[in-house]
Amino acid sequence: MNKKIGNQTIKFASPPVIISAASIAGKKEGEGPLKKYFDVILSDNLKGEKSWEKAESKIVENTIKIAVYKAGLTIDDIDYIFGGDLLNQDTGSTFGVRNFRRPFFGLFGACSTMGEAMGLAAMAIDGGFAKNVIAGASSHFCASEKQFRFPLDMGNQRPQSSTWTITGDGTVVISNKGSGPRITHVTAGKIVDLGVKDANNMGAAMAPAACDTIVTHLKDTKRSPNYYDLIVTGDLGYVGHTLLKQLLAQEGIYINEEKITDCGIEIFNKTAQDTHSGGSGCACSAVTFCGYFYPKLKTGELKNILFIPTGALMSTTSSGQGESIPGIAHAIAIESRVK
Amino acid sequence: MSEILKAFWVGGFICLIGQLLIDKTKLTSGRILVLYVCIGAVLGSVGIYKIIADYAGAGATVPIIGFGHNLSKSVLKEVADKGFTGIFTGSLKAAAGGISATILFGFIAALVFNPKEK
Amino acid sequence: MEFYKGDAEKYKRMVKNTEPKSPILFDCIKAFIVGGGICVVGQILTNNFIKTGYSSDDSALITNIIFILATAILTGLGLFSKIGRFSGAGTIVPITGFANSVVAPAIEFKKEGIVMGLGSKMFVVAGPVIVYGVLTSMAAGIIYYFWRFF
Repeated sequence: MNKKIGNQTIKFASPPVIISAASIAGKKEGEGPLKKYFDVILSDNLKGEKSWEKAESKIVENTIKIAVYKAGLTIDDIDYIFGGDLLNQDTGSTFGVRNFRRPFFGLFGACSTMGEAMGLAAMAIDGGFAKNVIAGASSHFCASEKQFRFPLDMGNQRPQSSTWTITGDGTVVISNKGSGPRITHVTAGKIVDLGVKDANNMGAAMAPAACDTIVTHLKDTKRSPNYYDLIVTGDLGYVGHTLLKQLLAQEGIYINEEKITDCGIEIFNKTAQDTHSGGSGCACSAVTFCGYFYPKLKTGELKNILFIPTGALMSTTSSGQGESIPGIAHAIAIESRVK
Repeated sequence: MSEILKAFWVGGFICLIGQLLIDKTKLTSGRILVLYVCIGAVLGSVGIYKIIADYAGAGATVPIIGFGHNLSKSVLKEVADKGFTGIFTGSLKAAAGGISATILFGFIAALVFNPKEK
Repeated sequence: MEFYKGDAEKYKRMVKNTEPKSPILFDCIKAFIVGGGICVVGQILTNNFIKTGYSSDDSALITNIIFILATAILTGLGLFSKIGRFSGAGTIVPITGFANSVVAPAIEFKKEGIVMGLGSKMFVVAGPVIVYGVLTSMAAGIIYYFWRFF
């Protein structure tokens, strides 16, 4: 039986269930509007470790433990771990899962990693290759600044279009049975690059990819955007969100203001927290989904959402060589109850 | 007193131009510093910066342009005194004090302090 | 949906229209006042050193060394980044910005070792400043050297 519909979309035969979700968020995120939704808020982003990188791995490890505990399982029940982060060679996740001794697929999709992980995890379940799978993504503000921008103690100003990398980790356990919201469709994104080169405006670099994935998803599933209670992009921020709505309008797709949002906008209070265009990083969509949207889906407050983590796939080397920033976005359709 | 006022407005003005560059062109701070040092070296070598420095005092020597001015001033002096070898010995001679102080204090600070999250 | 040639140009214009503007006037006033203020402190220090008998060049050097020391301490305490966020070019353009760009990576990268971390990353931002400053001044020296023959 062919589970692929249209150009890029998978329709699951027996939609996998997200049986639990856990989130750990950093100090600044814990001062934002979503503070009461996270499982753990760090009081210190070093988390008692010797470096930001070690702290991120510790966060990954602990979030997985919480997610597995909430699912009523033990780590040995997990068939695969799908995870990724922003650090070089995925070390944040690798060292985070090192002690679990479970099969691990390290992923890199920049800030779209949560979508990539959930999509692949759901495919592993529906394909019959696994019973319980973990999907997660993490990032750390300090480690990212150090790797991609400037040392933390540099006294420079952040441009208005720039975003603030989220410190934290969001992890879900996806299973072939149990209760919870189900993943019905996955639309894997393709790389879209409209030539944006400004690494301080990643929302602009990713908006065309988000638009492409949304348009493709709706076409493949023959759905109207109104089908979804909410369309949630990953980390476009205010700038990218505005551009996405303009791009969708060019395609003849108009979505009500209250039915489309972005995790990077939800997670911070722009004026009080001085975060400029909003939040970004792998953990942006991951912690916002796990902490804020998952419980709403679980209780049925949201009937369904289209969750679209977005990623900017550049490196300091590619930017140094004058390359533009390729964008990607993966859409995950999640239903509170399947009819 | 007017000496202080001169230092204030010239120094402030040089910083203001830097701020315009940051906001308008998105140049990173590292590039601003490079640009300023080179401008200082050029202005210094044609004698313009000396006029500014004589007028503004610290308003001209404290900004990084003054560092570039020092480099070229010292090269020209060494070339005048020693000839050909002055090309090679001049510039870092003027920068020696600043660079050595930065290395020393930077090293000590790195041993003492840890990075602070924002 | 497909993107065609020409879309990139069109999109560039869209991005330009969407980009939030920096509060340039306010930024410039802050940079002017803080930068000017640092130079005033510099002038007062330099005057005092001249009074105690140092040459004007040496006085300017000692003043700069004091600024470098102060920057190293403020950077280490995590205060410089907070000041810099407010003052922008007001603290970047004076010698404080140069010192900060050396001290900040030295502190940040010491985790990767005292030699290959601290030692090699120390000039990751300020290195080009020295490279191009020296090259520019050497070019001036070369021109001056040959010019003297005519």
